[in-house]
Amino acid sequence: MSAPQSTYRDRIVTKLTAAFAPAALDVIDESAQHHGHGGWREGGETHFRVRIAAAALAGLSRVEQHRRINAVLAAELAERVHALAIEATAA
Amino acid sequence: MTDTHAMIDTEVQSNDVVLFMKGTPQMPMCGFSGQVVQILDYLGVPYKGINVLASNELRQGIKDYSNWPTIPQLYVKGEFIGGADIVREMFQAGELQSHLKSRGLQVRETA
Repeated sequence: MSAPQSTYRDRIVTKLTAAFAPAALDVIDESAQHHGHGGWREGGETHFRVRIAAAALAGLSRVEQHRRINAVLAAELAERVHALAIEATAA
Repeated sequence: MTDTHAMIDTEVQSNDVVLFMKGTPQMPMCGFSGQVVQILDYLGVPYKGINVLASNELRQGIKDYSNWPTIPQLYVKGEFIGGADIVREMFQAGELQSHLKSRGLQVRETA
């Protein structure tokens, strides 16, 4: 019996947790708000909002914070995730 | 250097404020692009909007240009500022206004 396929949300949480050990992490699927817009797909998981607070992001510019997060999620962005809203703070 | 890269570079270097976006400032085709348009319009800063939906090469090329996977992308005086989230955070903190002024650009003062 194969394990249930993990969702993109689960993958995002797992990868960000491993990469940044965040003090707080919220990954919200906002795909429903973009129903019918560009990049939307049946089943959702195309538009996410990430709220992350992590000491690992301290001392970085906003652009650099976002780049680190985007790099960790490069596979997800390439495969399915169309939009990734990021609210990052150094905790 | 590809033609697309050269074209992007020319736009970024020759315009004070450039927004690579989906759609046009008059008709944004994406909520995130629309947010940045609203902020720039509110600040009254002249900018050039470039519609990446006009060509697949441009749509991919702008992502490669700044190693940034999403659109919109805002450039001021040749420098990459950020995407929709960063522009909004900077605007709300007053940092976008001060950054534009520090680059010699006029920002509409609001009472």
